[in-house]
Amino acid sequence: MSTNRNIIAVFSTAVIGLALSTGAAAQSGRDYVYIVGSSTVYPFATVVAERFGRGSEFKTPKIESTGSGGGFKLFCDGVGVNYPDITNASRAIKASEVETCAKNGVTEIVEVKIGYDGIVIANAIDSASMMLSRRDIFMALAKKVPGDNAGELVDNPYVTWADVNPVLPAIKIEVLGPPPTSGTRDAFVELAMEGGCTTVPWVKALQKSDENQYKVICHTIREDGAFVEAGENDNLIVQKLQANPHAYGIFGFSFLDQNREKVKGATIDGVAPTFDEIADGEYPVSRPLFFYVKKAHVDVIPGLRGYLREFTSERAWGEEGYLSDRGLIPMPEEERSAVAANVRDLTPLSLVSK
Amino acid sequence: MTKELTNKDKVEAGLPRRRRKETLFRATGMIATAIGIAFLAVFFATLIGKGASAFVQTYMRLDVELTAEQIAPGGELDLAYADFDGLVRTALRKEFPEVSGRAERRELYRLLSIGAGYQIRDLVAENVDLIGTTQTLWLPTSATVDMLMKGNIDASLDASLRPLSDQQIGWINSLQRAGRLDKRFNAALFTNGDSREPELAGIKGAMMGSFFMLVVTIALSFPIGVAAAIYLEEFAPKNRWSDLVEVNINNLAAVPSIVFGLLGLAVFINWMSLPRSAPLVGGLVLALLTLPVIIIASRAAIKAVPPSIREAAMGLGASRMQVVFHHVMPLAMPGMLTGAIIGMSRALGESAPLLMIGMIAFIVDVPGGFTDPSTALPVQIYLWADSPERAFAERTSAAIIVLLAFLVLMNLAAVIVRRRMEQKW
Repeated sequence: MSTNRNIIAVFSTAVIGLALSTGAAAQSGRDYVYIVGSSTVYPFATVVAERFGRGSEFKTPKIESTGSGGGFKLFCDGVGVNYPDITNASRAIKASEVETCAKNGVTEIVEVKIGYDGIVIANAIDSASMMLSRRDIFMALAKKVPGDNAGELVDNPYVTWADVNPVLPAIKIEVLGPPPTSGTRDAFVELAMEGGCTTVPWVKALQKSDENQYKVICHTIREDGAFVEAGENDNLIVQKLQANPHAYGIFGFSFLDQNREKVKGATIDGVAPTFDEIADGEYPVSRPLFFYVKKAHVDVIPGLRGYLREFTSERAWGEEGYLSDRGLIPMPEEERSAVAANVRDLTPLSLVSK
Repeated sequence: MTKELTNKDKVEAGLPRRRRKETLFRATGMIATAIGIAFLAVFFATLIGKGASAFVQTYMRLDVELTAEQIAPGGELDLAYADFDGLVRTALRKEFPEVSGRAERRELYRLLSIGAGYQIRDLVAENVDLIGTTQTLWLPTSATVDMLMKGNIDASLDASLRPLSDQQIGWINSLQRAGRLDKRFNAALFTNGDSREPELAGIKGAMMGSFFMLVVTIALSFPIGVAAAIYLEEFAPKNRWSDLVEVNINNLAAVPSIVFGLLGLAVFINWMSLPRSAPLVGGLVLALLTLPVIIIASRAAIKAVPPSIREAAMGLGASRMQVVFHHVMPLAMPGMLTGAIIGMSRALGESAPLLMIGMIAFIVDVPGGFTDPSTALPVQIYLWADSPERAFAERTSAAIIVLLAFLVLMNLAAVIVRRRMEQKW
């Protein structure tokens, strides 16, 4: 091996490396839409982005899956090509986040509600069908449950579902669910647990007198092994349910929809988790999904306006749109047209209402 | 004491026990190896069993009439607005003239992928003269049809339990009888970027992202790593400071990779404001990650060059730099290259640090440069594994197979480099 050639090779690669790192530091304008946010909205937003990218002369938007909280953090960091144009969220923006945004110059934010997502409690298809009430869910999964006397709290003593409610089967409570970082967990706790929690009169009264205590009671999930944090991967939960006929899993409606021959959803308060029941608002554990747009970016970033139009079009989010095929539950027609009008006019979120 | 034991007696007395121990030890070793191989075999068998079917994909043969009225109304062809989906639908309706009603037609249209329209658009874009002719085309079917054809959907189940209606299954059966459905090589898997339609999703974008990243990684970490190794081994004085550096390099090699991702986020993205999701930043982070590996391997290679070579060169009047570059480096090169290749294969399989710098993203367009947004192969696998659509399960396994193939190739290259270039003394 010639030694001179070696030296040259080593140094030229070093020079190339250096040139690369300095050349890219000067990042100019961005010609694609940049989206961050919730992993629950991700499967829907990506479909819209892809259709938009293929059907228009613009590039396909880039969508990062960061979680709702992480998305707001990036979104609120500032205005400019380095910051995202849109953040997806499986919950509404919080007042504190609006403040952070405002502090960094992100003042005009347009809220776009895109539809609903049901959260289901499912078990293996061959197991017995389950009929739960929200009270049952709370009693089975809360860390502390109300005792015999009003105002008394005891560590959750229930071992089997029959202990919770005699009409339920006498099998051990074993529920696989998402970890606390997940938006699905937040929504489940707020809708199912809290819904069950308010059926206890003295706890409901706490909501007014001692909200912190109320939240601690209603929102804390038991940690003694009956509730298993199964990670963010819902496919994995479906597989585990197949393997264990006595286990129940908590995940989004789209996973139930895709695995209809493997798992089935429990009815909650007498309502089955079907597309129609969720769309009618009958199914109690469903939540709205959103995305938020920076108004300042709309006419600066190429394709942003087009992406908004695609998302709010009937062929996307309509009753028979392609998003409903993916498990997004559409809003009623009047609400859709109201939101679409809002998006056309780019009416920003008013800070007072939040 | 009756009889003095000779040494030979003592040895012979202990011999059976020693032999037994020896056999036992060998057996333990063999069992351990067998267990390892068995795990590997199970891993590969499930992976290939699940993923092999993703390398083929169901296509439907259709006679599509490229009527000018439908795609170029008024004689003007505008590719962005031409109704290619309409052409496909007309062709499907011609195949099943008895289908009527909006809902029923919608069901029929769902047999084909939305990629069918794009395929015809690309065809027309390439050759405008085709307008007005009738072409026999193999168009991709939707992923649910593909899943049925591959036996992943059980047609005998109750209609409410499967994603295809009885009617759709009837159409599929009649198409199959007519020889219009066929499983062909799934080229899209290697030529497309990511997609939310499983039948259109490919790993080219992720492969290009990984490629650009590795280019940056090797361009930085190999020269820097080798230079550091040479300095530390040949020039640096041996004192407390060089000991400290050595300990730190060894520690750095054991730092969890996610920490490098956090470092990359803080330094490259937040402070140097390099773009998020770019292979450049990914490459920089992975360069930090592989640097200690390369330094350690290169130092070992330099140490293995016998001192006699250095002494002989010195004796002939070579300067220290000449000794290093003319004699030590060429001899240590195979070891250094092996270290570099192993470092690269570690970088290729790494996903944790990339999550921190925004590479876990949906990117359809195949990246064309170092600052284009992109993902990497391991991240693509992570994204697909979490998708609700059933067909992504087999594609996840297929992507893993491709990633493993690259890793095996790189490790093989390391072995070959070592075998062919290694000097023995």
